[in-house]
Amino acid sequence: MKTILVIGNGMVGYKFCEKLMAKSESDNYKVIVFGEEPRPAYDRVHLSEYFADQNAERLSMAPRSWYEENNIELITNERVTDVHRASKTITTINDKEYIYDYLVLATGSSAFVPPIPGVEKEGVFVYRTIEDLDATMAYVAKIKSQKPDGKAAILGGGLLGLEAGKAIIDMGLETSVVEFAPRLMPRQLDNEASQVLQNKLEALGIDILLNKGTQNIEGDKAITGMKFSENETLPVDMLLVSAGIRPRDELAKTCGLEVGTRGGILVTNNMKTSDDSIYAIGECALLNQMIYGLVAPGYDMAGVAVDNILGDEALMPSAIDMSTKLKLSGIDVASFGDALNEAKESESIVYENKFQGIYKKINVSKDGKKLLGGILVGDASDYNMLHQIFLNGMAIPENPEDLILGARGGEEASFGSALDLPDSAVVCSCEAVTKGQICCSVTEDGNEDLASVVAATKATTGCGGCKPMVTDLVTETLKSMGKVVKDVICDHFQYSRQELYSILKVKKVTSFDEALDACGEGKGCELCQPAVSSILASLYNHTPNKEDVSQDSNDKFLANIQRNGTYSVVPRIAGGEVTPEQLIVLGQIGKKYNLYTKITGGARIDFFGAELNDLPAIWTELIAEGFESGHAYGKSLRTVKSCVGSTWCRYGMDESITFAIELENRYKGLRSPHKIKGGVSGCIRECAEARGKDFGIIAVEGGWNLYVCGNGGATPRHAELLAEQIDNETVVKYLDRFLIYYIETAAPLMRTAAWLDKLEGGIEQLKKVVVEDSLGINAELEAQMDLLVDAYECEWKQVVESDTMKDRFSHFVNSDDRDDNIAFVPMRDQKMPELWK
Amino acid sequence: MDTLQSKYKTVKVDEVKEWFKAAPISAFSVNGGACVKYKDLQIAVFNFERFNNWYACQNLSPAKNEMVLSRGMLGDHKGVPKIACPLLKNTFSLETGENLNGDLEPIAIYPVKIKDGFVYIGTH
Ligand code: SRM
Ligand SMILES: Cc1cc2nc3c(=O)[nH]c(=O)nc-3n(C[C@H](O)[C@H](O)[C@H](O)COP(=O)(O)OP(=O)(O)OC[C@H]3O[C@@H](n4cnc5c(N)ncnc54)[C@H](O)[C@@H]3O)c2cc1C
Ligand code: SF4
Ligand code: FES
Repeated sequence: MKTILVIGNGMVGYKFCEKLMAKSESDNYKVIVFGEEPRPAYDRVHLSEYFADQNAERLSMAPRSWYEENNIELITNERVTDVHRASKTITTINDKEYIYDYLVLATGSSAFVPPIPGVEKEGVFVYRTIEDLDATMAYVAKIKSQKPDGKAAILGGGLLGLEAGKAIIDMGLETSVVEFAPRLMPRQLDNEASQVLQNKLEALGIDILLNKGTQNIEGDKAITGMKFSENETLPVDMLLVSAGIRPRDELAKTCGLEVGTRGGILVTNNMKTSDDSIYAIGECALLNQMIYGLVAPGYDMAGVAVDNILGDEALMPSAIDMSTKLKLSGIDVASFGDALNEAKESESIVYENKFQGIYKKINVSKDGKKLLGGILVGDASDYNMLHQIFLNGMAIPENPEDLILGARGGEEASFGSALDLPDSAVVCSCEAVTKGQICCSVTEDGNEDLASVVAATKATTGCGGCKPMVTDLVTETLKSMGKVVKDVICDHFQYSRQELYSILKVKKVTSFDEALDACGEGKGCELCQPAVSSILASLYNHTPNKEDVSQDSNDKFLANIQRNGTYSVVPRIAGGEVTPEQLIVLGQIGKKYNLYTKITGGARIDFFGAELNDLPAIWTELIAEGFESGHAYGKSLRTVKSCVGSTWCRYGMDESITFAIELENRYKGLRSPHKIKGGVSGCIRECAEARGKDFGIIAVEGGWNLYVCGNGGATPRHAELLAEQIDNETVVKYLDRFLIYYIETAAPLMRTAAWLDKLEGGIEQLKKVVVEDSLGINAELEAQMDLLVDAYECEWKQVVESDTMKDRFSHFVNSDDRDDNIAFVPMRDQKMPELWK
Repeated sequence: MDTLQSKYKTVKVDEVKEWFKAAPISAFSVNGGACVKYKDLQIAVFNFERFNNWYACQNLSPAKNEMVLSRGMLGDHKGVPKIACPLLKNTFSLETGENLNGDLEPIAIYPVKIKDGFVYIGTH
């Protein structure tokens, strides 16, 4: 049995173990891994997500039990301090000694901190480990508690710096990014692309300072500013340094391995160092005089090292792909291949749209046949495809500009489907999974959904950038096999929601247990219970109080759970109309229960931070003052937003506010597959944003125009015109039909826009059903709506009037104590939950 | 972060030193959960009638460190009873504590005993 010692348990060190364990020969080796960090390897690429949820486990590459199961000895919190090549041993900081046959250096790199005077001051951080983030967050919290207008700066406008900038601004500090070069992401972008990106970042509130060399870090003990020149200083309360990386080659140096002049452990393309028994992989390895600061090449190196140790010849490819996509939500930036045309082998085609903030550039070989590189800012939706065309040297259209502009002139583009890629195309570079492997996993191994393909191939589990393409490949392959992907609710109900709706209706089912008996199997789950409860509510207008245990947990407690386990309280304020007296009452209740108070985007008032135990008391007071549940927690009608209309507005064509209140009161409490929002505007100026809602009504000459199936949110959609110039009664009639038709036929959690997309025939078909009664079901649809409207009861009123129902709102069953884990911190003049611990 | 979680350790039936008398059966809703205070611990207890069984686990959501699991939804995953966290829908086996839809560390599980109309939780 031979011993392999792995020094460094980062992403690449872990990948080495994983790749070794996949080989049957691994039984012949004893593997011991040393990690300096306190926890097993985690996903550094997604480190920024830790700012949002402080969930270290979610980033973990594999739990400790994985190492145990594979007989790998993992020793964390233990730095290796010396390598003795003559005796083939190493020693650790705790003076433990180990013998090796093979040594694998996977020591990664550390953040580079430029030697600026004062950089050791308090308040200066780097961005590499979970501990770095913990320290940064604690300092941000400290600044915020001491200074309402605290400021932060990021040193370095590269990929990581921008990610860090977004994270800090999200934490609520004013943030500047300071870059020495004349542009952002200087290694990936040209000046024009950088300018477009800069505009986008500034729109997020991040200040961008280019061409700035920092001379000095000011401050006594802690940082107070950055000095750029005699007369230019930027006052800041903290600084995050993101100025590049330095390979950790200190062990290699002291044991006499060859290292590069600017650092990095010298390796040849079989990942061996100058000592045959020692390998170096990942960000510590200097290959082709380069440090590759990305995971995909590191993972390749891990595979090559495994093969060589096991006696197989394997070499790193001669060209290593350094394409990157920035991971900032809402900001698309990608660059691939020779983006800056450094090889001077190409001509560029550039498209820039200043209105929309889009910049696209592709570099095409001088003969016009190959794509050599490119940059995309503002719209990187074509990145995966372009990247594949580049990687595989695929033929490009005769008019290469079609690649970024789309084919114009009627003819279909000759490229664009993921299925056109060659089988050998590496679709997931992190895990080196080819298109062929993904398709085979569907056609031959019988994996019929994305999750099982991911489990079988590991594609998408690295940086995640390939996910859209892998998803496309799986769906396209399934389709090409003639498979209809059936939408079933879950393992317990082998029916679509529409089928289930009909079954429950016909069989007159009224509870979840009856539903399981009638057509389900097993004991239910968090998918089917809310789905069945929602259907029952749509059939009979049962409130969640009837069977609280089968509701989604927000419905169970008739309130939205918040970040710290407290709840929000949203009384209904139909149409947004509220009297001064009501406002005073709301103010008094908010004050009495010390609730954070805000006007919502739905034009009503939201109280946050209510403890479970207090909910019934708060609602008792609200109800006594004539308020009702606003159903802000339910998949149900939320608000019907309105402008003031002709009541006050000089342009108003009709009384939008009166009509909005009528509609909101008609449909309140209506449960549906997803939430429903409405809007009523008094004229086409559209101040109520009615066309951004599931139903929108706009007053025009001669009546109302009725629009349906719009939404805001992640994929905004304008509602489409269903009927023109109709009167109030007709609006209500069409709405009744439309809403019930949607409720009966949509999939769970499918909003109206997505439902319309799936409806064969689209809006024209919907017009036929709702306006022309082509299915002959309108009388039934209207009757169902009347039944539901008549059965409406305020569910909070039911609770405050019933002692037994109130019981479920205490935190403990055996004590009147409160949850002592809840903690608030002051914020402006109110409070907020403490940051996640 | 680790300190709060470290208070919760799975107790096996044969390791029980003390059965803590929590509350009468009637205090727990059928096929639902409730939280029991035991010393400085919060333990979620479930009367999972469809399984004809009672289960208990830590109330602490290991993902978010909030005391919320008792407010989640019960269900089964391939025949194994599970609880879904109300915050982010992470699901855990009520038999082993294992995270069924992710890589979170397992949660602590406690034995439950019913005697003379009362619910007891097994502790160390
Ligand atoms: C409170 C509020 C933000 C605010 O501070 O203003 C809010 C808060 C939440 N929104 Fe919203 N949305 C709020 C107005 C909006 C609006 C604006 C509007 O209604 O005009 C939109 C865009 C319009 C739309 O829905 O089409 C909006 C689009 C979303 C979406 C995306 C929906 C989509 O189809 O893409 C979600 C996610 C979801 O529902 O799946 C969401 C989900 C949520 C949830 C429920 C997330 C959650 O589960 O915790 C938040 C609940 C907080 C709470 O407890 O109240 N919220 N949300 C607003 C409450 C309005 C109200 O009075 O009820
Ligand atoms: C915020 C951030 C975002 C990133 N985003 C991307 C991205 O989008 N795409 C991408 O491809 N890459 C990205 N990267 C880079 C990627 O994370 C690295 O390429 C990858 O982590 C390198 O893995 P590694 O194992 O070589 O080094 P590391 O992950 O740094 O691991 C090395 C480990 O070795 C340990 N170690 C060092 N010396 C010793 C010793 N003597 N004894 C014991 N242990 C030791 C270290 O403590 C460390 O845990 C990002 C990096 C960061 C920090
Ligand atoms: S939508 Fe028209 S009527 Fe309503 S407030 Fe705006 S301008 Fe006035
Ligand atoms: S390319 Fe990174 S996960 Fe697939």
